[in-house]
Amino acid sequence: MNVIYVLWLREIKRYLRSRAQIIGSLAQPALYLLVLGFGFGAVFQQAGQGSYLQFIAPGIIAMGILFTSVFSGIGLLWDRQFGFLKETLVAPVPRLTIMAGRTLGGATIAIIQGTLVLAVCILVGFRPESWAAVPVALLFMALIAVVFAALGTAIGSTLKDMQGFQLIMNFLIMPIFFLSGALFPLDNLPGPLHVATRLDPLAYGVDGLRGAFIGVNHIGVLLDVSVLVVLSGLFLVLGAWAFSKIQV
Amino acid sequence: MIEVQGLSKVFGDPQSDKAVKAVSDATFTVDAGEIFAFLGPNGAGKTTTIQMLTTLLKPTSGTVRIDGLDPVAKPLEVRRRFGIVFQDPSVDGELTAYENMDLHGVLYHVPRKLRTERIESLLKLFELWDRRTSLVKTFSGGMRRRLEIARGLLHTPKILFLDEPTLGLDPQSRNQLWTHVKHLNVEEGVTVFLTTHYMEEAEKTAQRVAIIDHGRIVAQGSAQELKAQTGADSLEGAFLKLTGTMIRDEASSSVDQMRQFAKMWSGNRR
Repeated sequence: MNVIYVLWLREIKRYLRSRAQIIGSLAQPALYLLVLGFGFGAVFQQAGQGSYLQFIAPGIIAMGILFTSVFSGIGLLWDRQFGFLKETLVAPVPRLTIMAGRTLGGATIAIIQGTLVLAVCILVGFRPESWAAVPVALLFMALIAVVFAALGTAIGSTLKDMQGFQLIMNFLIMPIFFLSGALFPLDNLPGPLHVATRLDPLAYGVDGLRGAFIGVNHIGVLLDVSVLVVLSGLFLVLGAWAFSKIQV
Repeated sequence: MIEVQGLSKVFGDPQSDKAVKAVSDATFTVDAGEIFAFLGPNGAGKTTTIQMLTTLLKPTSGTVRIDGLDPVAKPLEVRRRFGIVFQDPSVDGELTAYENMDLHGVLYHVPRKLRTERIESLLKLFELWDRRTSLVKTFSGGMRRRLEIARGLLHTPKILFLDEPTLGLDPQSRNQLWTHVKHLNVEEGVTVFLTTHYMEEAEKTAQRVAIIDHGRIVAQGSAQELKAQTGADSLEGAFLKLTGTMIRDEASSSVDQMRQFAKMWSGNRR
């Protein structure tokens, strides 16, 4: 337990010490929010869908959590390069403990980051329908964070170098983001695209967040929660397995 | 303290021609309280051997006993018994010296009270106490090395593995480091297993030496014995007689490639 705690704490300390990185990683969501939010705002309104800013803010929060949690898992690559990974691998503790500490740390950071993005959203004019829904929103933020931190650990454990990382970004993470419905409503889509969005774990997270914040659901809260809970379990097992296979 | 019998490691499928025999049929023992130097040219199998002794790699064949225990069967028990300083740095630059030590102490289940005492005395011994609250990324190469050794000793291991601990250090730091190691060996009775490229260091520090080349142990004994055996007047001369003067090329590892990549990236940024 103590071991999980110190490894968790290490992730938090490293995050809080990289102020430039925190601000840098807020720039991207802010850009999406401002440019897309106001850029497409008029079109969206004319289509009778209401405020686009209200619509994408939950999607952008999910995006912030997605990137932060996946990156934290891929941070394994840096630990491999700078050697710290070996220090933990020769320690007399089961690998599962190490994996748990790291992944929980990554998920916590992602939740903090998501909260910061939420603050940015509110700053540019986003207003949740009711503040009572915030705890539900936090639950979804936590679920998204755990699912993707565990996936990130699984990926980080299998990758050997940065080239692989580029591939993962372009062919896995970006599609997960674009197909999640973060930027557009998930109804009336062409058949194949509809199927693709239903296979995207983040779609359930975005749907849950949007339901909590602005009361709009395409999928349904219960299904959202169930899918995310099952996937967290699945990806944690996958991540733990991949981590246990690491060779120095 | 360390018993190795017919130890071999083959990378890749042993049946194919691409298989690389990194270590073949190595046999040696290291007694308790001894300083033992493991010497060899680049790519001779030194690091692979250390990795097998320290539970990071599974041997293809042969047996290893660390303090009577098998690293494959009882990895956690074995890990408790040694400290290791890797060839590449493995401290966390984003944490302070004290935090690095403390994290290590928790990983090795050192009780809190003992932990604070040990950290203070070790950081003082290695002259890092004044810098305990500085981030390690601001440390020089020599300071990082000292921190790594201090950290490796925190859980009072019976054996200390040092893989090329003086690589890239200036003569002052090297000299100081060996003084520390000898002191620990005498005062705390730590068994030391080290690899190095600097023959005069091995000759001065180690009681016994083994020379490995192409994965095989070609000679072992005290520096005196090796010199007598080869008729050379220094350990370096004996080493060259035993291993030849040809330069070895080592295949770059994925870590090396990544380091290259990181260099390219940070180069662009500047």
